[in-house]
Amino acid sequence: MATYLDFEKPIEELEKKIEELKNLSETEGISLEDEIKPLEKKLNDLRKKIFSSLTPWQKVQLARHPDRPYTLDYINLIFNDWVELHGDRLFADDSAIVSGFATLEGIPFTIVGHQKGRTVEEKIKRNFGMPHPEGYRKALRVMKTGAKFGRPIIAFIDTPGAFPGIGAEERGQAMAIAVNIKEMAVLPVPIIVIVTGEGGSGGALAIGVGDRVYMQENAMYSVISPEGCASILWRDQKYKDKAAESLKITAKDLLKMGVIDGIIPEPPGGAHRDPEGAAKILKKTILNTYRELSKIKGDELIIKRIEKFGEMGFFKEV
Amino acid sequence: MGLFRRRKVKKTEEKKSIPDGAWMKCDNCGEILYRKEVQNNLYVCTKCGFHFRVSSKVYRALLLDDGKLIEQDSGLEPVDFLKFKDYAAKIKKSTQKTGLKDAIVCGEGKINGIEVEACFMDFGFIGGSMGSVVGEKVKRAIYRARDKNIPLIIVSSSGGARMQEGIISLMQMAKTSAALNLLKTPYISILTNPTTAGVMASYASLGDVIIAEPGALLGFAGPRVIQQTIKQELPPGFQRSEFMLEHGMIDMIVTRHEMKEVVTTLLKHLS
Ligand SMILES: [Zn+2]
Repeated sequence: MATYLDFEKPIEELEKKIEELKNLSETEGISLEDEIKPLEKKLNDLRKKIFSSLTPWQKVQLARHPDRPYTLDYINLIFNDWVELHGDRLFADDSAIVSGFATLEGIPFTIVGHQKGRTVEEKIKRNFGMPHPEGYRKALRVMKTGAKFGRPIIAFIDTPGAFPGIGAEERGQAMAIAVNIKEMAVLPVPIIVIVTGEGGSGGALAIGVGDRVYMQENAMYSVISPEGCASILWRDQKYKDKAAESLKITAKDLLKMGVIDGIIPEPPGGAHRDPEGAAKILKKTILNTYRELSKIKGDELIIKRIEKFGEMGFFKEV
Repeated sequence: MGLFRRRKVKKTEEKKSIPDGAWMKCDNCGEILYRKEVQNNLYVCTKCGFHFRVSSKVYRALLLDDGKLIEQDSGLEPVDFLKFKDYAAKIKKSTQKTGLKDAIVCGEGKINGIEVEACFMDFGFIGGSMGSVVGEKVKRAIYRARDKNIPLIIVSSSGGARMQEGIISLMQMAKTSAALNLLKTPYISILTNPTTAGVMASYASLGDVIIAEPGALLGFAGPRVIQQTIKQELPPGFQRSEFMLEHGMIDMIVTRHEMKEVVTTLLKHLS
């Protein structure tokens, strides 16, 4: 069963109506084209209208939508010959991050990405996409292995953030994130980062240092969750919509601030209504970006990558 | 581990800084102390050895020869580019309180005659949080250490990334950590109470040697957030320097009295 958010309800109603008419036309063997056609146009317009004027908080809800495609969905829809590698060779395998190798139009890639679960059991197994230190260390290990053989890297970001737990702290969560950020900056292969859902702070950035960073249209990327920000600023989580607005976390905002290099459009109604369509657009972006980056030598990629992040910031100098 | 009993998490860390008046109370052992005596003891409790938080100015005096710092990039000022709730007022208040323009002071100085690039974070300025200015100043300090071929010392004290600068504050983690790849001279990271979140998950954790003051709160997630998430009591001493040493995350714990000498020895070993 598909899930519809509050602001998606009018779309759901219209979709149901069209569905009913289609069923009726089939069972009764009559043509209802004249009724259905205008409704489909109306549906299209309604989707456009709703999705073109989403508030930041609504975008957050979409980024977290339970039907939204996750990393493994995109890997299956875009790539071939996926082989997943497990474990950080230090402590454990963290299922909140997946990593491995796959090909796209014959080009071999290293892929890392956060992974959320769909069922209750899978959600728990994958810790709701919140990595432990092992996850970051596994991702770095696999990226380095791939880089050794010249494999370009795709990183899919979709996490509420690093897991705030005792074990994560005991095993050096802060160190793991810091090391990943530093080391990703100097991997001598093209790195394409795509925020597909939630870009949750340090847990996101730990696999987020790339030559190109993109966000899907309805993704978010923030230093703190809107709820966390609201409870600090207003001492109440119910101001999360206000916090989402203040933090400037939408793809448009980040593009404007120069934090990302582009926005990847989603099909009408969002990636969750048409995963295949969303994957098709992602695939095109990945291939185009790869072609552009593959012309640049490793040393130069590194210099430019360090510069790219080195330039981020707004301050006054007197 | 037993030296510092676990203190209750307070609403604001600022309460722990030293209040005015001739007398003061130790947050750790509760002893009423004569302020002058604590000052003369490098702001360390004369009874239990608890390290009170100190300003960047105090640490400069403690670490550098004659307390002398040739300050660089002192003209960098924060900008409220998101028009974020209360940020402009916070900047103003912090500037008045600390006399600083942001939460870090950087420049060149000498440690027992060894020339170093040194950065001192200041918790008094919006909780030592890292926004664009802190990120930029750390980056430039790294570049200067590289260009001058001298070691880098950063004394950290920070609650993490500065929320009021949104995603840009997160990107300072990438900016500073990426730049550290260019540094080929020794980098010693000194962690003081507290060093957490975005600063701990970037340059503070990337020293060739990582030294912590005793009893400092060190980690990524704040204890309150962890407690709310796992709904369990946290173990005694959790996320303190001694805990971090035990778990292999830092190289050593050094008291404020010994800090300069230990850093000097390390610099001699590494340079
Ligand atoms: Zn005491």
